[in-house]
Amino acid sequence: MTETLIWTVVALILIGVYLSWTAGRLDRLHMRIDAARAALDAQLLRRASVTQELATSGVLDPAASIVLYEAAHAARQAEEDHREVAESELSQALRAVFGEPEQVELVRQAPGGEEAAGELAAAVRRVPMARRFHNDAVRAARALRRHRKVRWFRLAGHAPFPLAFEMDDEPPVALADRPA
Amino acid sequence: MKIGIVCPYSWDVPGGVQFHIRDLAEHLIRLGHEVSVLAPADDETPLPPYVVSAGRAVPVSYNGSVARLSFGFLSAARVRRWLHDGTFDVVHIHEPASPSLGLLTCWAAQGPIVATFHTSNPRSRAMIAAYPILQPALEKISARIAVSEYARRTLVEHLGGDAVVIPNGVDVDFFARAEPKKEWQGETLGFIGRIDEPRKGLPVLMRALPKILTERPGARLLVAGRGDEEEAVASLPAAMRSRVEFLGMVSDEDKARLLRSVDVYVAPNTGGESFGIILVEALSAGAPVLASDLDAFAQVLDQGAAGELFANEDADALADAAIALLGDATRRSELSTRGSAHVRRFDWSTVGADILAVYETVTDGAASVDTDERPLGLRARLGL
Repeated sequence: MTETLIWTVVALILIGVYLSWTAGRLDRLHMRIDAARAALDAQLLRRASVTQELATSGVLDPAASIVLYEAAHAARQAEEDHREVAESELSQALRAVFGEPEQVELVRQAPGGEEAAGELAAAVRRVPMARRFHNDAVRAARALRRHRKVRWFRLAGHAPFPLAFEMDDEPPVALADRPA
Repeated sequence: MKIGIVCPYSWDVPGGVQFHIRDLAEHLIRLGHEVSVLAPADDETPLPPYVVSAGRAVPVSYNGSVARLSFGFLSAARVRRWLHDGTFDVVHIHEPASPSLGLLTCWAAQGPIVATFHTSNPRSRAMIAAYPILQPALEKISARIAVSEYARRTLVEHLGGDAVVIPNGVDVDFFARAEPKKEWQGETLGFIGRIDEPRKGLPVLMRALPKILTERPGARLLVAGRGDEEEAVASLPAAMRSRVEFLGMVSDEDKARLLRSVDVYVAPNTGGESFGIILVEALSAGAPVLASDLDAFAQVLDQGAAGELFANEDADALADAAIALLGDATRRSELSTRGSAHVRRFDWSTVGADILAVYETVTDGAASVDTDERPLGLRARLGL
C-alpha cells in the first residue's frame, strides 16, 4: 500500500517536472517570436524610411516619387490588421520603380546616391530574412501548442495563438541581384 | 560584435565545414569583430589564436562516413564555460543536428542563436528516433541558414520550419590570381578529393578514362587527394596507368595553381554533396568545369550555364563530355569567362555581408547569449 503511494507520488512529481519543462519551452518560444517580430518591425520600418527618403530626394522622376512616397507612407501608417497588405504594396511599388538596372544606376549617380541605393538594397534583402525567421518561430510555437499536453493542461496560459506574417516581400531584381 | 562559432567536427582533420568556419572566422576578424571558435581538437594540435579546444574528438560513423565528433560530460562542461566566459552577442552553430558540440551548445545556450545546416542527408531512422530529443534543442535557434536551395528543401522536409539560403564562401581572388604551373598544363583533366571515398566519384572517372584516352591519347589526369593510389588505378589497363598522376595532399596554394592549370576540372561526385565548394573554387580559378548533375552541383553551376553537367554515375556520358571539351578551346574559354563572372556571388565579401545581416537581424533588441539557467528557474518556480 505504502509502496503504491510512493510510486504514485514519484510519477506525479515526474509528470509535474515534465509539464513545467514544457511550459518553459513554450515560454522561450513565445519570447523568440516577440524578438523576431521586433526585428521584423525594425526591418520593415527601415525599408519604408529609406524609400520615403529616396522619394523626397528629387533624384527620381515625379511619377516614381509619388508612387514610392504613397506606398511608403501607407506602410508606415498602416493599422495592425492592414499591415501585411500595405507592406506588400510597398514591395510592389519598389519592384515597379526599381525593375530596371538603369533606374538604380540613376540613383547611384546622384550625390549621396551610392549610400542611399546601398541602404535600400540592404533593407529589401533583410525584410524577407527577418520575415522567414519570424515565421519559423511561429511555426515551432504552433506545433508545440497544438500538442495534447499543452492543450489539456493549458500550458500556454493567456498568450494569443501566434500568427505568421504573410506578405509579398520579393525584392526588385535590380537591387537584390548579386554583383555579376 | 562578439561572435561565438561552434564547429562540430575535429579541427585536426581537414574538411569542408572546418575550412568554411576558418575562412568565416578570419573574414569576420578582418572586419574588426571579436570571434571565438569552439571546436574539438587534440590537446597537442597547434590551434589558431581564435580557436578554443573542446577536448578530443571520437571517430564515429555518421552520415555515411567517419566523422570525428565530440560529446559527453566533459565536452558539455567546456561548452558551458565557453558560453559563460564569452558573453557573445550571437552564437553561430554549424551542423546543429549532428550529435556533437552543436547540439550540446543548443542545449546549453539561450539568446540569439544562428545555425547553418551544411549536409542534406536523406531522412534516416536515427533522425526520426531522435526527433523528440532534437526538437526542443533546435527550436532555440533564432535563425537558420542553409548552404543551398537543396539543403534548405531537405531541412524543411525533415525538421519543418524555414531557412534562408546563404552559400558557402570562397576567396575568389586567391584562386583567380594563382600562377598556373607549366607541368600541369596541356590537355589535362583535374580531380581533387579523397581517392578512397567512392562518393567523391573517382571510380566513375576511372571507368570513363579508357574511352577518353583512346580519343585523346595526349590527355592526362591529375589527381590531388589522399588515399590508396595503386588501388585507384587497378581497374585501368596497364598501359594507361602512366597517364594518371597522383599529387597526394596538396597545399592551398598548389590547389589553386592546379585549378588554374588544368584544361577541364572534373567533379564526378555521386552523392552526399549539399553544396560543392570545390566547384566554386574551380570556377574562381577560371577552370572549365564538368560535373555530375547532382542537385547541389546544378545549382552552383547555374543549371549548366557556368559549367557542363553529365548524368550522375554515367561514365560514358562523362567521357563524351570530356572529349568534346578537350577538343573545343572556344567552348572552354566561354565556360571560363561565364564561370568567373558567375562565381562573384560566392566571394566572401558578399557571403560575409549576408551572414552579418543575419547576425544583425537576430541581435536587434535581444540580450547577449548566456548559459541557459532554466534548471534554477524551475527550482524557483516550485518554491524550493
